[in-house]
Amino acid sequence: MAFFDPYLAVRRFGTGLAASAALPTDPRDVLADLDAPDALGAQFEVPSVGEYLALDAEVTRLRQAKRKTKDKAEIARIDEKMKAQKGKAAPLAQQAFRARVARGIAAPVGFRERLEWFWVDHFTVRSSGGIAGRAISTFWDGAIRPNIGGRFADLLRVVVQEPLMLGSLDQNRSAGPNSRFAKERGMGLNENYARELLELHTVGADGAYQQADVIELARVLAGLSVRKGVFEWQKGRAEPGEKRVLGKVYGSPKPVLEDVFAALEALAVHPDTARHLAWKLAVHFVSDQPDPGLITHMAARYRAADGGLSALYTSMLEHPAAWTLPGNVKWPFEYLVSGMKALSVPPERILAASHKDIRRGLMVPMRLMGQNYQRASGPDGWAEEDAAWITPQGIAGRIQWAMNAPDQMVDRLPDPRVFLETALGPEPPEAVRFAAFNAESQREGVGLVLASSAFQRR
Amino acid sequence: MTGLMNRRLFLNGVLGCSVAASPLVTPVTLASAPWDARLVVIILRGAMDGLDVVQPYGDPDLAGLRRTLTTGPENGALDLDGFYALHPGFSTLKPLWDAGEVAFAHAVSTPYRDQRSHFDGQDLLEAGTGTDVPRAARTDGWLNRLLQDLPGVDAQTTYAIGVDDLLIARGAQEVSRWSPDARLRLSEQAQKLLELVYHDDPLFRDAAVEAIDITQSLSEAPDLEPVETAMMEGMMAATRNGSASRVAEFAAQRLRQDTRIAAFSVNGWDTHAKQAGAMTRRLGGLADTISILREDLGAEVWGKTTVLAMTEFGRTARENGSEGTDHGTAGAMVMAGGAVRGGKVYGDWPGLSDSALYQGRDLMPMRDVRAYAGWVMRGLFGLETSRIERSVFPGLDLGPDPGVIL
Repeated sequence: MAFFDPYLAVRRFGTGLAASAALPTDPRDVLADLDAPDALGAQFEVPSVGEYLALDAEVTRLRQAKRKTKDKAEIARIDEKMKAQKGKAAPLAQQAFRARVARGIAAPVGFRERLEWFWVDHFTVRSSGGIAGRAISTFWDGAIRPNIGGRFADLLRVVVQEPLMLGSLDQNRSAGPNSRFAKERGMGLNENYARELLELHTVGADGAYQQADVIELARVLAGLSVRKGVFEWQKGRAEPGEKRVLGKVYGSPKPVLEDVFAALEALAVHPDTARHLAWKLAVHFVSDQPDPGLITHMAARYRAADGGLSALYTSMLEHPAAWTLPGNVKWPFEYLVSGMKALSVPPERILAASHKDIRRGLMVPMRLMGQNYQRASGPDGWAEEDAAWITPQGIAGRIQWAMNAPDQMVDRLPDPRVFLETALGPEPPEAVRFAAFNAESQREGVGLVLASSAFQRR
Repeated sequence: MTGLMNRRLFLNGVLGCSVAASPLVTPVTLASAPWDARLVVIILRGAMDGLDVVQPYGDPDLAGLRRTLTTGPENGALDLDGFYALHPGFSTLKPLWDAGEVAFAHAVSTPYRDQRSHFDGQDLLEAGTGTDVPRAARTDGWLNRLLQDLPGVDAQTTYAIGVDDLLIARGAQEVSRWSPDARLRLSEQAQKLLELVYHDDPLFRDAAVEAIDITQSLSEAPDLEPVETAMMEGMMAATRNGSASRVAEFAAQRLRQDTRIAAFSVNGWDTHAKQAGAMTRRLGGLADTISILREDLGAEVWGKTTVLAMTEFGRTARENGSEGTDHGTAGAMVMAGGAVRGGKVYGDWPGLSDSALYQGRDLMPMRDVRAYAGWVMRGLFGLETSRIERSVFPGLDLGPDPGVIL
């Protein structure tokens, strides 16, 4: 394929260029990442949801014990234990963050990482209270990551069973209007998740759905719930009878979880979903204004593959319009990871870094750049528009990091003249080459390469 | 002036092209906001204990509710009017109170009730809607809606300051954002080379020019009218250190120019334990913030300024077992500025007896905090009340004018 550029492939669809990694020779090499077993996932482990739930269970047990006693010394002892127990949650989150950064740096191409980053944003959840409520990384790692190469319907299935999603979008407050919970507890329908499932996750805001479809889908979803931090289908919330979503009928007198799956199945292969997913991927990976031909091509291939995500990705990589310049601006997390990868920061160094160093070197800079990690402001996730990131403050944060952080992260800064091609490939823009060769110091030379718009764009 | 010089230096740089010759450079247009008054909104995150800040020591039930927390002048608080006393942590504001530049609204709350979650409470406070608007639909903030469709408003009119995302300023109207923690220390050579690197990418180039402008303008000493009046005697100079004072300095610096509205947030008010110490520190910081604004704005601009410091909800009337307080309902709002009719605690007092407390535990809300904010905007900007009740705070009944603005 004439348009295939191995350097651009890794910058645009992977986690960025590095000195040592072998380059892909065609789109199949980029995709190969997904077909192979998840070696990086195994090498850099994210704590499992079970670890959070165990902490949570212990806190619950202590809380109950506290209620039973009036002895002041005993209460103080329990408080101490609870505090210790709660204190164990933060290191789990830090371990997860380190692992995700390390995977990005260690990945030869990194298409799997980039897809995970894309999909966790597509399914943005927010942290809720309690220990398990902060376990966002376990949702990303345990539910999304293993399912990004299969069928979209299967990805939707794991998402609707995710406690954090059900909490974020109020599904755990919803009950069918004719359910037992409605009669006995006065609960009612909450449309929030049904609406976002249509608007954000599947057919898109321009999709052919009406308010009536939102309500009907909310009736289908009633029953999805969370108990003790774990997903549960609660019959008492489920809505009996038929529901009609986008012209298709689901349900029976006795509603079951399979009705939800059937609705997801239909939504996943809906033509509007195909277009929405194609558009969203192209907007993320390629350009804020992607070529309409690219979208049509991707949507058609996705539908022909019965909602297979691999076909969707392949169709993007094989289309010439996916390779046009300039590329999109990297999200701050991606920018930092690609910077460290170009600098050959050893993943082990990230794993061994102190919490303070991680905060100072990565978390705080990301916030300055506008991305407060795991705290997107709404269920629609982070902005895609370049202009949302390259604001005066955003660019100040990026330049500041590019100029000052590398020195802290590697023992010896690379020669800017060499680093230039490591980071940007053999044909960097002339202006960046000039800057790298004419900087007053190594530090500034390296900083200028990382701060260049060429490096900040995918 | 310096801004333009810098821009020129930045753009000429190594390429040697002149600003005038470059079609991509648009000079910064000076905003002419539709008004001259200034509004600063400070979101106090974590739920500030209004009963501790402005202590109703004249209420016979207060002392019984609080053990380690100060209650009234006998315990070190500063008497305000024989009924209320000011927490000693706010002592640097007392001269401003005496000068009529500080006021409080007590027993106020948003419409948020009963769940007492910081997250939801702040969300509602910043969105400025009623609870009837579902959370998912609260996508813009009341400061932003205030500005939408007004002539003469541009991105410079409003600054959201700090790294925290501020829902209160988010929305269709473009606002500026800056965190004074962002610093651009570039050598002259690096700056020139960066200009070269960004030259053909207008998005990056324009943002960088503005970022450099902002950081350089920050290092200029403000050219102030002398701080005057004997009334300010005894007023200590504000302590200037740390991130919070940089925020205040930056806000003042912008407000002296084209900016009319600034918003930022201050964390750390969630005082479940050992409240006395935490409160002293937080209030000291907030007093410094207000003092810095006053000093750096100078007498003329301060005279047109109103500062509103508001929080998501109050705290329990009763002190808890760990020398703190838990999440409650009504609280207090701090108001300051030369435009404020100060020296007064606004609002009806609900009392603190068991039956007067909300759900037997919290200070009873007597008025929607949005009504005060609404009347402040009416007084400062001359907004029509119908606009405030319909679009800024949709569904709010403003009620009678408390007369906060002079």
